Amino acid sequence: MSYHLNHLQQLEAESIQIFREVAAEFERPVMLYSVGKDSSVLLRLAQKAFHPGKIPFPLMHVDTGFKFEQMYEFRDQMATELGFEMIVHKNQKAIDNNTNPYDLGTSKCCALLKTEGLLEGLKLDNYDAAIGGSRRDEEKSRAKERIFSFRNKFGQWDPKNQRPELWNLFNTKIDQGESIRVFPISNWTELDVWHYIHLENIPIVPLYFAKPREMVIRGTQLIPINSQSRLLPGEKSETVMSRFRTLGCSPCTGAIRSEADTIPKIIEEMIQVRVSERSTRVIDHDQEGSMELKKREGYF
Amino acid sequence: MTTEKNPQNIDEFLDQIGERTLLRFSTAGSVDDGKSTLIGRLLYDSKNVFEDTLASVQNVKSTSVAKGEIDFSLFTDGLKAEREQKITIDVAYRYFSTARRNFILADTPGHVQYTRNMATGASTADAAILLIDAKLGVTEQTRRHAFILSLLGIKHFIVTINKMDLVDYSQKRFDEIYNEFTGFSSRLQVPDIHFIPVSALNGDNVVNHSDAMPWYNGSTVLAHLENLYIKGDRNLIDFRFPIQYVNRPSHDFRGYAGQIVSGVVKVGDEIIALPSLKPNKVKRIQTFDGDLEKAFAPQSVTLILENEIDVSRGDVLVHPNNVPKAATDVEAMLVWMAEESMDLSKTYYMKQLMGSGKCQISKIRYEIDINTYSKKDCSTLQINGIGRVVLTPHHKVFVDSYKKNRKTGAFIIIDQLTNSTVAAGMVLDRTTVKQLEDDKLNDVSGNLFKSLSDITYKERCLRNKHKAKTYWMTGLSGSGKSTLSKEVEKRIFAEGMQVYRLDGDNVRLGLNSNLDFTAQSRKENIRRVAEVAKLMNDAGLVVITSFISPFEDDRKMAKEIIGEEGFFEVFVNTSLETCEQRDTKGLYKKARAKEIPNFTGISSPYEAPVDADLHISTDELSVDDAVSQIVEHILKSC
Repeated sequence: MSYHLNHLQQLEAESIQIFREVAAEFERPVMLYSVGKDSSVLLRLAQKAFHPGKIPFPLMHVDTGFKFEQMYEFRDQMATELGFEMIVHKNQKAIDNNTNPYDLGTSKCCALLKTEGLLEGLKLDNYDAAIGGSRRDEEKSRAKERIFSFRNKFGQWDPKNQRPELWNLFNTKIDQGESIRVFPISNWTELDVWHYIHLENIPIVPLYFAKPREMVIRGTQLIPINSQSRLLPGEKSETVMSRFRTLGCSPCTGAIRSEADTIPKIIEEMIQVRVSERSTRVIDHDQEGSMELKKREGYF
Repeated sequence: MTTEKNPQNIDEFLDQIGERTLLRFSTAGSVDDGKSTLIGRLLYDSKNVFEDTLASVQNVKSTSVAKGEIDFSLFTDGLKAEREQKITIDVAYRYFSTARRNFILADTPGHVQYTRNMATGASTADAAILLIDAKLGVTEQTRRHAFILSLLGIKHFIVTINKMDLVDYSQKRFDEIYNEFTGFSSRLQVPDIHFIPVSALNGDNVVNHSDAMPWYNGSTVLAHLENLYIKGDRNLIDFRFPIQYVNRPSHDFRGYAGQIVSGVVKVGDEIIALPSLKPNKVKRIQTFDGDLEKAFAPQSVTLILENEIDVSRGDVLVHPNNVPKAATDVEAMLVWMAEESMDLSKTYYMKQLMGSGKCQISKIRYEIDINTYSKKDCSTLQINGIGRVVLTPHHKVFVDSYKKNRKTGAFIIIDQLTNSTVAAGMVLDRTTVKQLEDDKLNDVSGNLFKSLSDITYKERCLRNKHKAKTYWMTGLSGSGKSTLSKEVEKRIFAEGMQVYRLDGDNVRLGLNSNLDFTAQSRKENIRRVAEVAKLMNDAGLVVITSFISPFEDDRKMAKEIIGEEGFFEVFVNTSLETCEQRDTKGLYKKARAKEIPNFTGISSPYEAPVDADLHISTDELSVDDAVSQIVEHILKSC
């Protein structure tokens, strides 16, 4: 008899334990669903944690209105197929004020559409726990994050004064208005996520697979062209065999040149490319420590 | 270094990474021992740093290295404040891999004020790198961290003696530190300690062997991490399944979801639920990917049981022949982590896998002096203090020692007002005399628990100025027990002592009015009287009993209940002839006429004591003399 669990099986068991702990300890949990590959893994793990029951909490998509069309299609398709409750929340006030990254810059746009949208959405139904798909290996301030991470009444994170978190004994105690952000796949790497998607046959948005796409080349970034894009003077689009490593808002998410049209090829590419995954996100590089600043304000 | 052949294609590669093992390790050491630099070097030399990460740290102005060189510490210090102050505040998790293994590294702070974050990082680690600055040698922080790491149950230490370049790569210096460390680490019960001389700055013996230290033939830090055997550290013996979540999607499905924290379970296994102790059987082991025949730690599964029973979150399923210990008091080591010091009058919340709830920290036994590892008296624990305490949970708990089971033997203490985690605790594998008594007092079903008074027996004795014992008089009916006991009570009372007499007839008129005179009822009669005497002794009273108590076994039982130290057997020895002659109550006459069945001496035997503490022969002694003998004995022994 073998009592061996490999790396991914161990991570899976740990994540399922975290999901169940949230469902048992909180009155109103919600799972943030961003349609990306990490959300896809998160969703599968949630299904596993509560099988054969349904996921006992709703999923929330904080929609900026700037996501890729294929992301919306995929999101609605998953909700129908898997039968989970999907809440779509937009910061309608900001959208009505024509908030966009071209006029405001990425920082302000993100703060309004994502961070404020998220905080507003969470407040709406007094969610006391928000599950997210952040991983510690994505970015250095995320590497500091607890699995159960306390947020004050304003949704803010105090990285210098986090609750000690020993073993897998999670402190879930909060007062009225406070909340906990929970990260079940904290300990997964990008490779783990892809490997798991491969082994489990998890559906993902087709944008991750390479195909010829209309792009504009801006600095070192490949910016996709769609109905909302605005070109800078002198720029013109061209067809590039490309794919997306991460998915955010279409104006701020760059693609990479790639031939990888299957998951093994994506993995192969990933281990050869020695650039960390969030490098195609414009927002993270605005200033030194920008993710930490956003996280303090309530960003995931 | 690695024996694996390079994968030829992506499928081979995926097969290979699928079988990589996982090692979780943490780092510890004082400030400026070069921890972050070591990790940066480990990541860089093992090619686990991405280009843009490298570029981003090269953009940062660093004060600690020369222009053009990489400041390795910047890879890990993720917070702005950390990079500005050049210190690590909180634990940072790093993920890297080699062909052999995947690693999760918890890089923990060295400052004493952030000890709680260091403990956070170490709590889930299998191994720890403990850094020592070769110039400074062993410091207080080294001792503190070594102690906490061993307390947290880390079995593998890699003592990395860093900055060897600053001591001319001297073997003598390495040996000195080795000797100093092993001098105190022998007290830590860490089975595997390995020493490696390195220079993180120059990369000596981190990933690549160093030419600067030909005297060192051992492995590099990375090679050691890759080859460390940790499989045996997992507990696959004691099956523990804390129910996390009851899954009831429909009327015909009730599953108990949780993670097997230790041990193995199979379909068909007999199990019992704690704390109810109700037996059951495993019907199915269910997962999203299909049913299993067996499951083991650390799998997350859903168990379906044969019989529907009332179990809920917090209950624990175990095998009936391997049950954790029920406890009213828990002996534990605590690491205090809050600014407010420990408060013995406060009610805290205790979270653990074996049942969470409110608790009192009822006693502090000692604090550990981190420099000498000796015990010192204290009245509380301050932040970062480590000490041994007694916890009294308000609910029923079952405990495994942390040493035996790192999952179920751990707990955290939460302040109910601030909601903060104020302490981490580890259940000790110690039994105190008091616990033995508690175990004896716990009834078979385990549903009764002794509630202990704050006023102790000792305090009562001090006030009364005497001890409390039971003088158990045994003898035939009419032997003079009642007469003697009444006189003794008067004389003892006159001495100013607290005394009470338990008399056979009186008890049978009240407490024991539902009992007859069969052997079984006589036994129950004696049991109840002994329990009452025990309570009275606890209350500080000297007790004199006068019961025929004809059976040796029953008197032995009374002695066991009351306790050997507090029990004195007084044999009032009067011949049957004399008793029958006296027949003060006219009972012998009735017994001879067969009006009373089971009468001791006539129709039921009297088993005379063979080694009574006091032997009073009333055939030879006057009442006065007999009383004096007993009183003298009491005055002497109380």
